[in-house]
Amino acid sequence: MLGPVRRLGALAVARIEGLGRMTVFLGQVGRAMLRPPVRIGYVVRAVYDSGVLSIALICASGATVGLVLGLQLHNTLSRFGAEESLGTAVGLSLIRELGPVLTGLLVTGRAGSAATAEIGSMKASEQLDGLRMMAIDPIHFVVMPRALGLAIVMPLLSALFIFFGIFGAYLIGVEVLGLDAGSYLSRLENAVDFREDVLQSLVKASVFGILLGWIATWRGYACEPHAVGVSRATTSTVVTASVCILLADYVLTALWGV
Amino acid sequence: MQSSSTRDLMVGVFVLIGLMAIGWLSLRIGGLSLSREGGLVLFATFDDVGGLSRRSPVRIAGVRVGQVDSIELDEDLRARVVIDVQPDLELSIDTAAAIRTSGLLGDQFMSLEPGADDLLLESGDDFSFTESAWSVDALVGELVHGDADLESE
Repeated sequence: MLGPVRRLGALAVARIEGLGRMTVFLGQVGRAMLRPPVRIGYVVRAVYDSGVLSIALICASGATVGLVLGLQLHNTLSRFGAEESLGTAVGLSLIRELGPVLTGLLVTGRAGSAATAEIGSMKASEQLDGLRMMAIDPIHFVVMPRALGLAIVMPLLSALFIFFGIFGAYLIGVEVLGLDAGSYLSRLENAVDFREDVLQSLVKASVFGILLGWIATWRGYACEPHAVGVSRATTSTVVTASVCILLADYVLTALWGV
Repeated sequence: MQSSSTRDLMVGVFVLIGLMAIGWLSLRIGGLSLSREGGLVLFATFDDVGGLSRRSPVRIAGVRVGQVDSIELDEDLRARVVIDVQPDLELSIDTAAAIRTSGLLGDQFMSLEPGADDLLLESGDDFSFTESAWSVDALVGELVHGDADLESE
C-alpha cells in the first residue's frame, strides 16, 4: 500500500535533485566566465551562431508582427474613433511584451535548440570526455561561450525586433491606412517611458537570454549520450525554455507593477 | 565557415546595430535624456489635473517645450505638478499654466500662456495663475442642472 507513496517520494526527490544539479551547473558556468583564460574568440563565434544568423529571422518576424498589429489595432481602434492612438498601442505592446517574449521564443527555436544539439552530440561522441582527458574543462571551453553568447544576443535581437515592429505598424498605419505620420510617432514617444517600459523590456530580454543560455546548455550537457538522447534533449530545450520564458514574463510583469 | 576575421566583423556590426536599436528605443522613444542638468523645473498647483500624467507634454502655443515630471498631492489636498521645461525659455513671472485637451477626446497636456511682466520665472518657482482641467462630467452635470432650472421656471 505504501508503494505508490514511495514512488511519489522518489519522483519528488529525483526532481529536486535535478534542479539542484542545474543550479550547481549554473554556478559552474558563472565561475567559468570569470576564470582565465578568457575565451573571447569562442564567445564571438557563439554570438555569430546565435545572433548574426538570427538577424534575418528576427527582422522579418518583427516587421510581420508590426504589420499585423497595425491592421488589427486599427480595426479595433477605429470603432472608437481612436485611430490616432495606434502608435501608443503598438509601441507599448511591442516594447513591453511582444518584443522580448517573441524574440525569446524565436531565438529558443533558432539558436537554443542548436546549442543543445551541438553540446549533446559532442557528449554522445565522447568529445567532452576527450577534453577532460586533456585537462580542459568542457564547461569552460564548450558550455560557457554558448551560454554567454545566448545571453548577450537576446537584448540586442529584442531591440531589433521592436524597431522593425514599430516600422511595420508605421507602414500599415501611415502609408496604407493614411494616419498622420507625426501623430503616430509623437503619440508613441509621449506614451513610452524609459524606466517603465524600455528598461522593463531590456531587463526582460536579458533575463530570457540568461534563462535560455542556462537551459539550452544544461540540456545538452546532461543529455543521455546517444542519438535518441540528443534529440530528446533538443526537444526538451525548446519546450522547457519556452514555458520558462512565458512564466518569467508573467513574474517580471507582475513584479514591475504595471 | 567563413574566415575568422569576416565573422568578427559581422559580429561587430551586429552588436553595433543592436546597441543602436537599444539607443534609439531609450533616447528617442523612451525619452531618456542624457543631460538631465539645466532643465527649468517649475511648480504649478491645480484643483483638478484631470487626465494629466507623468510625461504628459508641456506646450507653449502648441509647441512642445517640456514635460510633466511628477504629480503629487500637497498639504491642502490640491494637485502639485512638477514640470521640466527647456532652460533657455524666458517665461515672465505672470505666466499662466492651464490644463488643456488636444481635440475632444485627446490626451491632456499643460499649456503655458506667457505673460507681460519683466521679471522672469526661475527654476523652483511656482506659477501664480493656474487653470484646472475641464472635466466632461462637470460640464455634463452643469448642462443637466441648467435644463432642470429651465423646467422649473
